[in-house]
Amino acid sequence: MLKIKDLHAEVEGVEILHGIDLEVNAGEVHAIMGPNGSGKSTLAKVLAGREGYRVTAGAVLFEGRNLLDMPPEERAREGIFLGFQYPVEIPGVSNMYFLKTALNAIRRHRGLDELDAIDFLALARQKMKLVEMDENLLNRAVNEGFSGGEKKRSEIFQMAVLEPKLAILDETDSGLDIDALKIVAQGVNAMRRPDRAMILVTHYQRLLNYIVPDVVHVLLDGRIVKSGGKELALELEEKGYGWVPNGAEKRQPVAR
Amino acid sequence: MANAPNIEELAGREYKYGFVTRIETETVPKGLNEEIIRMISAKKEEPEFMLEWRLQAYRHWITMKEPTWANVHYPPIDYQDIYYYAAPKLKSRPKSIDEVDPELLETYEKLGIPLRERELLAGVAVDAVFDSISVATTFKEKLAELGIIFCSFSEAVREHPDLVRRYLGSVVPYTDNFFAALNSAVFSDGSFCYIPRGVRCPMELSTYFRINAAQTGQFERTLIIADEGAYVSYLEGCTAPVRDENQLHAAVVELVALDNATIKYSTVQNWYPGDKEGRGGIYNFVTKRGKCLGVNSRISWTQVETGSAITWKYPSCILLGDNSTGEFYSVALTNNYQQADTGTKMIHIGRNTRSTIVSKGISAGHGQNTYRGLVKIMKGAQNARNFSRCDSLLIGDKCGAHTFPYIEVRNRTAQMEHEASTSKIGEEQIFYCQQRGIDAEAAVSMIVNGFCKEVFKELPMEFAVEAQKLLGVSLEGSVG
Repeated sequence: MLKIKDLHAEVEGVEILHGIDLEVNAGEVHAIMGPNGSGKSTLAKVLAGREGYRVTAGAVLFEGRNLLDMPPEERAREGIFLGFQYPVEIPGVSNMYFLKTALNAIRRHRGLDELDAIDFLALARQKMKLVEMDENLLNRAVNEGFSGGEKKRSEIFQMAVLEPKLAILDETDSGLDIDALKIVAQGVNAMRRPDRAMILVTHYQRLLNYIVPDVVHVLLDGRIVKSGGKELALELEEKGYGWVPNGAEKRQPVAR
Repeated sequence: MANAPNIEELAGREYKYGFVTRIETETVPKGLNEEIIRMISAKKEEPEFMLEWRLQAYRHWITMKEPTWANVHYPPIDYQDIYYYAAPKLKSRPKSIDEVDPELLETYEKLGIPLRERELLAGVAVDAVFDSISVATTFKEKLAELGIIFCSFSEAVREHPDLVRRYLGSVVPYTDNFFAALNSAVFSDGSFCYIPRGVRCPMELSTYFRINAAQTGQFERTLIIADEGAYVSYLEGCTAPVRDENQLHAAVVELVALDNATIKYSTVQNWYPGDKEGRGGIYNFVTKRGKCLGVNSRISWTQVETGSAITWKYPSCILLGDNSTGEFYSVALTNNYQQADTGTKMIHIGRNTRSTIVSKGISAGHGQNTYRGLVKIMKGAQNARNFSRCDSLLIGDKCGAHTFPYIEVRNRTAQMEHEASTSKIGEEQIFYCQQRGIDAEAAVSMIVNGFCKEVFKELPMEFAVEAQKLLGVSLEGSVG
């Protein structure tokens, strides 16, 4: 589904990704772990097409098509979803309106009929249960005044409504207490499907207790230095990132 | 990254109403003097008191200086180089809409304001003002059955001189300011509306102002009186052709609300704003004021200002009656080189008077947007309350937002609340929308509409939809 080859990318003239190779197949859940500043979030933003993150070399294919040629909204319509580390507030725009607009843009792109308000509401209600979200949130403005936990739950709820092919969840576990973490993990697990892939970007192993990945990658200094099964995450937790070869000694702080 | 949006890249905008109607126009000679004023008054077959009033205003005006305190910049206006009266040539005054020149009817149709009886907008009565005169007023007879007078100002001067005499200048005297004095001297037409005691006006009343002739100023005057217990909702729309020159529009609006009366006044102002280099456009220098004369009366201003090269207006309320309420809800958008200095004055005189101010300024391109407001609590205004909220939204980094809130309190029991914020449409917000499948242009429109929501909900339904669309068009090209 996703093929990344020797991807180099820079932010404000500083190269952050120094050649990433990664292949994610349908049905798989990959975890990308690494310390702060290793380039995890940069990778997520490059895949989603954030302005200011410049690809200097390499290629990214999504379902055989050149992803880097597409503007961000087209990537989204093609089925890439980014769960934001810091979801953005949009005052005065209700979640309901926002998400209905988004879903219909995606449906149009795929040649499907647009949903009207009634059908959308029915769909939204059903999906809200996944993350035990209060229905009142639908009428509140996008992320405005939401607690950290509500924001993250809302991201998963949005994912459930938009039904992406590839979900990239950027530090979805950060800022969550254990109960919220469980609910979010539950929502994510419920969405695992043979035709859907997920990439979990995380700093801690904690999330992986609840969402068990097929593959774990360690990202250090803009490169994937080690890949393995789910046990790799536990090993990392125990021994720290310094344990990984070419790890600690080569690490350099990168502004984020 | 392909097609990444660049919110600093600004392009032109489309102005849909920029056409010119080819119609024979009769004007008075250029320039301003007593002779011209007598000519205008004679053309309108006015009674003597009206001419006297105009001349007094003119004599006062020539002693005044153009104000310079507003945060707007423009080359000096040559007041002798303007036509003060231009009207489509009519053989006789049309008695019904069927007698109105088809060219004119077509103009309004193009503007989305059908005037022919069979195509009338249900629930909205329209007075159509074209350059210096009113060309048609719809639903007049139907409203008359309820005792409501809705007609052109000229007709009111002829048919209802007592009402005009009693209230004209009672809210905005000709001595008030430079542009009000000028308007009082040369005003040519506008709308007049009287809602009798206890009547709730069953439809929206509206005036559609259209400037057509070149080098001509439009000076209209609106007077609305809501008698005891009456209610009226009034709408105003404005457009003008695309031209390289600047044209002056200096209007005066006076509202009077007696005991327990309510007037809701909504404006969607879309005068030609000039091109993207800042050439041409209307100078919109307007004095609007309402007087809550009676107890429990209420005056509410809602404005959506997207047009004009320069906007200078402060729809205000004088809260004279005890327990009266004044409201001001405003969205002002400046794109390209537009400038707006707008806001309100709330003068609390009566006891338990309340006022609410919600102002939303949006600046894009090189636009400069100023909120200027005064809340004044007089000595006798026991238990007065005010709530003010001024928010500014910036799109790109070449525009400006300025806020000048003045507060004067002379009574210790007053309660004042003031909130203000300035934010920038962030790339992060746009990216968030794009990542959900919404393109950048739609994202900006969505974010801006969200920002304006508190004001739009005050507009009558059809107008709210119109305003949202207008905002979308006005921002077209503000994302690259």
